[in-house]
Amino acid sequence: MNSFKKDFPIFKNNPGLIYLDSASTSQKPKPVIKAISDFYGKENANIHRGIYALSENATKKYILARETIAKFINAETNEIIFTKNTTESINLLSNVLKEILPKWKSPKLGQFEGKNEIVLTEMEHHSNLVPWQQFAKKNNFKLKFIPITKNYELDYEKAKEIINDKTAILAITHISNVFGTINNIEFLVSLAKEKKAITIIDAAQSVQHLKINVKKIGCDFLVFSGHKMFGPLGIGVLYGKKEFLEKLPPFQFGGGMINSVSYEDATFLDIPEKFEAGTQNIAGAISLAEAVKYIEKIKIEKIKRYEKELLDYTLKKLKSIDGIELYLPKKQSSIISFNLFGIHQHDVSQILSDNKICIRAGHHCCMPLMKKLKIQGTCRISFSIYNTKEDIDRLIHGIKKVQKVFGK
Amino acid sequence: MNLEIYKEHILDLYKNPHNKGNLKNPTYEFSKNNPICGDEIKIQIVTEKDKIKDIRFSGEGCAISQASASMLTDKIKNMPLKKIKNLNKDDILEMLKIPISYTRIKCALLPLDAIKGALENVRN
Repeated sequence: MNSFKKDFPIFKNNPGLIYLDSASTSQKPKPVIKAISDFYGKENANIHRGIYALSENATKKYILARETIAKFINAETNEIIFTKNTTESINLLSNVLKEILPKWKSPKLGQFEGKNEIVLTEMEHHSNLVPWQQFAKKNNFKLKFIPITKNYELDYEKAKEIINDKTAILAITHISNVFGTINNIEFLVSLAKEKKAITIIDAAQSVQHLKINVKKIGCDFLVFSGHKMFGPLGIGVLYGKKEFLEKLPPFQFGGGMINSVSYEDATFLDIPEKFEAGTQNIAGAISLAEAVKYIEKIKIEKIKRYEKELLDYTLKKLKSIDGIELYLPKKQSSIISFNLFGIHQHDVSQILSDNKICIRAGHHCCMPLMKKLKIQGTCRISFSIYNTKEDIDRLIHGIKKVQKVFGK
Repeated sequence: MNLEIYKEHILDLYKNPHNKGNLKNPTYEFSKNNPICGDEIKIQIVTEKDKIKDIRFSGEGCAISQASASMLTDKIKNMPLKKIKNLNKDDILEMLKIPISYTRIKCALLPLDAIKGALENVRN
C-alpha cells in the first residue's frame, strides 16, 4: 500500500480493490469523511440567521469553506457559488444567460447584439452539450464545434475560424473525460476574448490534477464537482468573475437569497448568496474544503508528477499487449481509453471486476464523439494518487485474462 | 463469481450468432438502444398467420445482449405473436441460464425489448 492509499479507508475495507475509475468519482480520504461525520454528529445546524452558537459555528465554517475554495483557484471569495455539481453549474449558466442574451450590451463585459453562436468542442461531456442545445433551441442560437484531430486533440487552426464575431459563448472542457486530452484553454479563451465572447471552462476533470488559476486562464466562468476531487457527492462549484455574477439574474428563487420580500415583490441579496436559494449542502461545502486542504497538503505539483509517472508506466505496459487499440493524445492527463479487438467494453469491464478491478465501459456520456469515431464505446481507466504500479500490473494481468476467456 | 456469466454457450453464440443479418423484405422492423452503453439492436421480422416466420437481428453489442438475441430469435420462430408479447424478464433469465447482475439486466433484455417494439408495429 502506498502512503496515499492509507489515507483512503475504502481500500482497507475492500482488500485487493483496484480502483481505476477516479474520473467518474474519486475515493474519499479520511479528513473528508471525518468532516462529514463531525458536522452531522457534532455541529449540525442551519446557517445564516440562527443566533446561537451551533448555527454561528456552521455559518463560519461555511464561509471559511468558500474562502478556502476561492484561494485554491485564485478567485475572490464572493466569486464562488456552491451548486450540486458541474452539471448544475452549467445549467445555472445556461439558464441565467438566456435571460440577458442577446440583448445585453456592456462595453466592459462584451457586446452581444447580433451574436448568436455558441462554440463547444467535439469532445464535450453531455453535461456541457445538452444544456447548450436547449439554450440554442429556445433562443434561436447556432451551435458550433471545434473538431478533434486524428490524434484526439482539438484542431486549433480550425478553432481560429470557428470562433468569430458571431460567437456569444465559448464553453469548453479543460480535460477530455474520454481521452484525457489536456486542452490549451488559455489559447482558446484568448481567441474568444478577442471576439468579446463569454468564456466558460468545464474543469471537472482537471481541478484535481492540475493547478487551476482562473486569473491566468482568463475565463469568465469555471465549473467543477467536489466528488471527483476527493470531496463528497452533491456539492459543486461555479466560479464567475464578480462583474459578471453581479449582472446576472438569480437562477432559483426562495429562502436564503432574498434581501426583502413583500407579497408582491422581492429584492435579492448580493453575490454569492443571490445564487444560493434554499438550504444549502453545508456539510458538503465544509468537507469539500477539507478535500482542498488535503490536496494542498500533498501539493498539486507532487500529484501531477506522481500521476505522470504512473501514466508513463501504464502506457508502456498497455502498448505491450496484442489486440489492443489505444486512443492516445500527445498531452494526456490521468485518463486512458482503449478497446480490445472483438470484445465488447461491458464484457471487458465485467471480467476485470471479477478480479476486483474497477474500470468504466461505454460511451462516457459522449455519444456524439463515439459516433464520430465510429466506435460503440471504450474501456476507460482513470487514476489518482492512491493508484500504484502494482495496480497497473494487476490490470494488465486482468486484460490478458479477458482475452483468454474470449479466446483471443 | 461474475465469470459464471461467460459460460461456453454464451461465448459460442457471441462468436457464432444465430439469425444475425438482414432480411430482404421484412414485414416489420424496430431498433432499440441501451442508453447505458449506447449499443443498438435492430430486429426485422416476417410474420405469417400471427406467427413469426422469419427473424433477423443486427447491431453490435456485448456477449450478453448478442447471446440473448441469438437464443431469443431461435426461441420465438413459429411462436404465436400473442405468446411472444407475454414473454418477460424471467423467461429471458431462464433461457440464458446464467446469473445476471443488476447492471447487466438491460443487456439481457435489449433483444426482447426490440422484438416487443417490432410487435407494437404489428398491432398498429
